[in-house]
Amino acid sequence: MPKHPSPSRPTAYVNARLLDPASGLDALGGLLVEGEKIAAIGKDLFRDGARWRVPEGAAEVDCRGLCLAPGLVDMRVLSGEPGEEHKETLDSLGHAAVAGGVTSLVCLPNTTPVIDDMSVAEFIARRARKVGMSKAYVYGAATKGAKGVELAEMGLLAEAGALAFTDGLNAVANARVMKNALAYASSFDLLIVQHAEEPALAQGGAMNAGARATRLGLSGIPAAAEAIMVERDIRLAEMTGARLHFAHVSTAESLAAIRRAKDRGLKITCDTAPPYFALTEADVGDYRTFAKLSPPLRSEDDRRAVVAALKDGTIDAVASDHIPEDEEVKRLPFPQAAFGGIGLETLLPITLELVHNRELAMLDALRLVTAAPAKLMRLAAGELAAGRPADFVLFDPERAWQVDADKLHSKSKNSPFDGRAVQGRAVATYVDGRAVFAAESDRR
Amino acid sequence: MTGPARAMPPAPFEGFAHRHLLGIEGLTASEIAVLLDRSESYVELNRGAAKKQATLDGRTIVNLFFESSTRTRTSFELAGKRLGADIINMSVSTSAIKKGETLIDTAMTLNAMHPDVLVLRHPDSGAARLLSDKVNCAVVNAGDGSHEHPTQALLDALTIRRRKGKLEGLRVAICGDISHSRVARSNIHLLTTMGASVRLIAPRTLVPSRVETLGAEVFHDMARGLEGCDIVMMLRLQTERMQSALFPSLREYFRFYGLDYDKLAAAKPDALIMHPGPMNRGVEIDSLVADDFGRSVIREQVEMGVAVRMAVLEILTANLARTAQKNL
Repeated sequence: MPKHPSPSRPTAYVNARLLDPASGLDALGGLLVEGEKIAAIGKDLFRDGARWRVPEGAAEVDCRGLCLAPGLVDMRVLSGEPGEEHKETLDSLGHAAVAGGVTSLVCLPNTTPVIDDMSVAEFIARRARKVGMSKAYVYGAATKGAKGVELAEMGLLAEAGALAFTDGLNAVANARVMKNALAYASSFDLLIVQHAEEPALAQGGAMNAGARATRLGLSGIPAAAEAIMVERDIRLAEMTGARLHFAHVSTAESLAAIRRAKDRGLKITCDTAPPYFALTEADVGDYRTFAKLSPPLRSEDDRRAVVAALKDGTIDAVASDHIPEDEEVKRLPFPQAAFGGIGLETLLPITLELVHNRELAMLDALRLVTAAPAKLMRLAAGELAAGRPADFVLFDPERAWQVDADKLHSKSKNSPFDGRAVQGRAVATYVDGRAVFAAESDRR
Repeated sequence: MTGPARAMPPAPFEGFAHRHLLGIEGLTASEIAVLLDRSESYVELNRGAAKKQATLDGRTIVNLFFESSTRTRTSFELAGKRLGADIINMSVSTSAIKKGETLIDTAMTLNAMHPDVLVLRHPDSGAARLLSDKVNCAVVNAGDGSHEHPTQALLDALTIRRRKGKLEGLRVAICGDISHSRVARSNIHLLTTMGASVRLIAPRTLVPSRVETLGAEVFHDMARGLEGCDIVMMLRLQTERMQSALFPSLREYFRFYGLDYDKLAAAKPDALIMHPGPMNRGVEIDSLVADDFGRSVIREQVEMGVAVRMAVLEILTANLARTAQKNL
């Protein structure tokens, strides 16, 4: 990719296909960065007929028609640090993020220690700033230790920078605790995020309940385990008037319940993750532990329902659901293997599959990974506008490549998309105007 | 080009070219028939006085058991010994395998000692498949979690075929804990492949989701399910695999799903009674029925087990020689 001029000098990125879902802009034009901010953006900006003419004193970067979009905002990422640095550090996480075009990410609280205390929230923010790659934000735990018993100090955690509250990988199972978490959070207008899975129904399960689980002799997690908790929590949100968000929704039934709740005007939102619109339980194959995810990969009917919900707006955002797990916990017999897959570097290409398959228009697909999650997290990100931080990504939507887990930047290699042929890749990523990533083959 | 013809590598065993026996699913009817026919030839040998052959002379077989099992392990051991192989038993106590990494670790260690066949019993579904990806020898699945137990299905089929003269067209009932049963899964695959019809009889809590997609018919009323059956196959209640209360009590279970003469009356008068053992007498099967000399073939199943395992070991070893040759 283009050379990267010093950040002190204003830089004009010209001849780019500007894609900004927030404003609906999709046109060839230019973007001017001054310091850490976007100074100007527009169709045909700096264009002079067939040529580009940049302001006096500004460096010029010719983007050669590549797409220029807001940096991706990934609202569901697990960091190994602190506690499990052998799986992922904030350093490896930051590098994996920018390699995937992600410039803001939100860390789940399920670290060791759990993010239920201001010091942990501050530690992650400080370390991420030092790494200087993607911007890292945190969720605060909704309950102490993410154990689902006592409420965490949500007010204080919010002051320390927590964007929203969730027990992350764990569902808040007890209905009364959930009701209290919602009610309390709503006093501060804070968002609660739920991993919707009724634990008693899911207990011992290794994959989606159904014909395939039966054939493989694996204990199943029924789709209803998700729908039951979604329905319950919608009622609790209604009782308390709280804002509630469901993470990685994976089933047709849950989506139907969420659609009904939205139609009734409740403050319910949800996201899904690429595996749930690009893979199914069939991808478990012969006990592939990289396809052991939580929630489990579902049926083809569920996958189609997820795509439909992305199209009709029932699903607000797409997050990578990046869960790094090492070989020690993945190279095991399937029932014993850990749940989860990495996803930062496949978030963009798998989301673009929806565009290539003509399910979504380019701007609508990008909105799901930029402006929409930024809005949910109330972050000043995911938008190309003058005055905004210069966080953006240049990508080639057509570039074909094959996912090779060993070549991904994450310290853990557990990609459910390993080996998949995909199209679209980040070519260069910028955070606060700094070039933080350039794809290898394009490096000069 | 002229010259002496090169020695051809040994052919795969006629009609059965697989390297491992990980399950019945995926085998064709003719492959199953090959295994059964070969097993048949060992039945007579086992009944004679001179039981030993030198077919597997110099071969090493390892019985790797991560679950306690007396009959399956002994059966494989005897099968190997009768064919002249060196066979060793490794029992890894379940308490020592808190984590499954020992499966791969143990497998790699054993692999370095160049065994020819690894016989694996493991509490997790998919364990045999995982092992087969990591070793150079043949792998026989001697039961993996709730997935498959192929030699059990083969010995059941051999028992039935000898008694009924065929498998095709028979109506077979499999009763009991289908959810947790690898025996049930292997038997469903085998019997449906061979043209028998399979009925599963159990309370809903012991029937796995969408099991009918395997090609079996599900009944919750035992008398109705047993109607017209040629074979009544009882399963052991695997209380150790059960997550939570799946039925209220053993006496209630026996009342509705235990096999006694009353319920058996619904089956054909000459229906055979089978059980993979070990039996919980008075739980899934009444003692009188289990010991009914005329109809219970439970002990014959044990006998067929040795013959089937001899055939499996012989055939996989024959194919192994071929694969080894191929890799040179």
